[in-house]
Amino acid sequence: MISIEALTKQYGAMRVVDEVSMSIESGSITVIVGTSGSGKSTLLRMINRLVEPTSGRVLIDGNDTASMPAHLLRRRIGYAIQSNGLFPHRTVAENIATVPRLLGWEKARIAARVEELLRVFQLDPVACGSKFPHQLSGGEQQRVGVARALAAEPALLLMDEPFGALDPVIRSKAQDDLLDIQRRFGTTIVLVTHDMDEAFRLGDRVAVMRQGRVLQHDRPGVLLTRPADPFVTRLSGTADRALKLLSLTTAGELAEPGPRESRTVAAGASLREVLSDLIWSGAEAATVLNPDGTSAGRVSLARLLAHGRQS
Amino acid sequence: MSLRRLPALDPLGTLLSAVGVVALVFLPFVVFKANRIVPGEARALLEFLPAWAALSFVLVLALVALVAVGVSNARVRLAFALAGVIAVASAVAAAGNALTPPGNQVIRISPGAGFWLLLIGLGLLATDAVTRMRPGPGMRVLLLVLSVLAAGLAIASGAFDHLSIMREYAVNSDRFAREARRHLLLAFGSLAAAVVVALPLGILCHRIPRIRAGVLGVLNLIQTIPSIALFGILMAPLGALAAAVPWAADLGIRGIGAAPAVVALFLYSLLPVVANTVVGLARVSPAAVDAARGMGLTRGQILAHIELPLALPVILTGIRIVLVQNIGLVTVAALIGGGGFGAFVFQGIGQTAMDLVLLGAIPIVMLAFSSALLLDALVDLMNRAAR
Amino acid sequence: MPRAATLLRIAAIGLLVGFLAAPQRFAPLFAPLTQYGAPPIYDQGNLLSLALAHLGTVFIAAAASTLVAVGLAILVTRASGAQFLSLSRTLANIGQTFPPVAVLAVAVPLVGFGQTPTLIALFAYGLLPIFENTVAGFQGCPPAVIEAANGMGMSARQRLLAVELPLAMPLILEGVRLSLVINVGTATIGSTVAAKGLGEVIIAGLLSNNTAFVLQGGLLTGLMAILLYDAMVMLERRLLRTVPA
Repeated sequence: MISIEALTKQYGAMRVVDEVSMSIESGSITVIVGTSGSGKSTLLRMINRLVEPTSGRVLIDGNDTASMPAHLLRRRIGYAIQSNGLFPHRTVAENIATVPRLLGWEKARIAARVEELLRVFQLDPVACGSKFPHQLSGGEQQRVGVARALAAEPALLLMDEPFGALDPVIRSKAQDDLLDIQRRFGTTIVLVTHDMDEAFRLGDRVAVMRQGRVLQHDRPGVLLTRPADPFVTRLSGTADRALKLLSLTTAGELAEPGPRESRTVAAGASLREVLSDLIWSGAEAATVLNPDGTSAGRVSLARLLAHGRQS
Repeated sequence: MSLRRLPALDPLGTLLSAVGVVALVFLPFVVFKANRIVPGEARALLEFLPAWAALSFVLVLALVALVAVGVSNARVRLAFALAGVIAVASAVAAAGNALTPPGNQVIRISPGAGFWLLLIGLGLLATDAVTRMRPGPGMRVLLLVLSVLAAGLAIASGAFDHLSIMREYAVNSDRFAREARRHLLLAFGSLAAAVVVALPLGILCHRIPRIRAGVLGVLNLIQTIPSIALFGILMAPLGALAAAVPWAADLGIRGIGAAPAVVALFLYSLLPVVANTVVGLARVSPAAVDAARGMGLTRGQILAHIELPLALPVILTGIRIVLVQNIGLVTVAALIGGGGFGAFVFQGIGQTAMDLVLLGAIPIVMLAFSSALLLDALVDLMNRAAR
Repeated sequence: MPRAATLLRIAAIGLLVGFLAAPQRFAPLFAPLTQYGAPPIYDQGNLLSLALAHLGTVFIAAAASTLVAVGLAILVTRASGAQFLSLSRTLANIGQTFPPVAVLAVAVPLVGFGQTPTLIALFAYGLLPIFENTVAGFQGCPPAVIEAANGMGMSARQRLLAVELPLAMPLILEGVRLSLVINVGTATIGSTVAAKGLGEVIIAGLLSNNTAFVLQGGLLTGLMAILLYDAMVMLERRLLRTVPA
């Protein structure tokens, strides 16, 4: 668990981050979202002390981060950035091995970890490991960047606009992969973005920042249904907020007992996808199927519409 | 906590002040020599300045040091650095006048290591102040013109006439003007010839990528031949040419003298201009060329109106490199009878007369420095206009 | 093409070594250039030892300027030395306008004749390209890479040694190459102030009007400069293979 207590960064007369307090659950994904200049990156960079706070403190599992040398702190925290920052003079494998080497791991352990990560990120350990970063595609470079950040098995991973430079198709895939990897390793992730759709898609909790302050920090659904500030509403967008709300819940979560329908949807599909499917096919309801093929119940059009209504 | 309220000491100013103190206390300010080639003996400040003058001289320098250490305003720092230069120059002029017996042409009063070190320190202080002011190209040129004018007036006033370097000048004054013209002629003449050839060659290399590596390789090769060697090697064919073709000799082409120097300098000048022309043209945005072609400009028009103007700052940078390089290399030409300021340098080295060496070396450095500054300002101006 | 370059390289090395080992074998080649029975091959000293002295001077000076220039460049690109950055660049720029001959001439009154003024001039003149290139190399390191190095917990020293220096290396080597080639040429001028080196041969030729001396002195220094240049380029290419531009 991470506690941020009255964290402030002041440059001259300007308060870039203004007494921000929040707590972050272990094993969750927290997305900090805001326009440029909102202080979101500065807040993130104060967690691993790339920026030293003017006042306030950060506790990780009860330990004050200011109590140890900054570079030793950073070796325990993963860090991935938009332009990936891969070392151009080192191979992919060497890049991933950076922090384990700094920590003095044994060679065999480093090699095993590098190979594991390459597999997890769907990169061929043999062909890819000895390549140099400039020989990879943009999407591959980004994956290596995240793999490098995870190399030393950090409990906490900080990401600053990690998908900002990717095109929409690769970006969507990268987001899915991140969710998979988070489930697999149980890493706590704090991610900064300016894209509200990305925030809703990835975040267990979303914090909206403006002018150095956190306006609201809550589950995505709450941000949509009970925005604490007009700015939160504006950032979420009003035109398709019902659909956004639907996209936050899966069919499995809404399924209720009932007769079997001829139309079927997967339990993991979002309600938004189910609605689209029902409109497309003209059906009134669909049966929700678990991954093993058993029925989890049914979802009706009426229930979908009710779920997306402002409550 | 109270320490924090003290203004921070300027690190460079502190360093330079320390150097200044060392120069003033431990090194001779002027050196007295019985004649031009014997080693000299140091003369203390009080031996050539009245007590009040020596005291005010030291006071001025102390004030400059104080400003250097504690004041951060760049204009104030520059003003005090210049005041220091004037004080040091006045003191050395006074030394020349005070230590020379009337009518004596044999003894030499040379500025000593202390003088040079003080001058370099003050010069660094002034340079740092100017750097901090970030002057535009016009301002830089103005500052150069003003300092050249000031130095020229001071020398013309006769204040330094009793100093050793000016003594050497007085002996060589008619030759000085001749060698100066020679030096400029050789440096600029070979540059002009090189630009005439190198510009088309650069354009050709840009247009025909196949010949690029070959041409640049050969020019690179020429650059690696040491200058004295190239001068010497050219003496043979040019001498043979003069012997075989009478009208060539009439034109002044001979084995020794200016001809091999001009040819060698010309050859050295080609690489920077050709290479920079190629780089400059390669950096022109393809979109601009494409748009011009789309509007129906011919290749010649595109070159004249789009490519060359856009590449000009880079080409000029190449010309700056050549000019500075040539001004230095002309010095070596004196070894093969090419003339120029190098004649004083090598004559001075031969006679172990260091004042004569300086009489040649100082103008060369000033010339190279001024040319670099002027051309840099020009390049800057063009880059600003292009933006 | 690369094969032709290799052959040329071997031929150049062979010519240099052959000439230095047995210069008299080449006497017939140079004889037509002499007049009145002057010796075609330099006979006032051993060519091999002159060449070695020449190279020694060049390498000592280049090693010293590399150490000092890289050290200075590291200093002014750290946060603590940032104050000196713009001044040092201005100075490097001014310094480059000093012709090598002038540096040599000015050094003589300070330290006298011989090897020392040549070493000083070569050292001073060699500093500038290396310093400029090293600073440019450090400043050319992508900010994202530096940010990543910091973010992963490298100390300032680790970042310098493991990231910044390797990334700046191609430019640093280019600076060393420029210095070396300039030095080989400038060292010949050192012979006018009585430094031991191949300049002696050329100057002897100029003084006695013996073109054969001038030509062999020029040829030897030229060959050395070209071979040094070539060797440095090969070294840079090897590094470039791993560090993309």
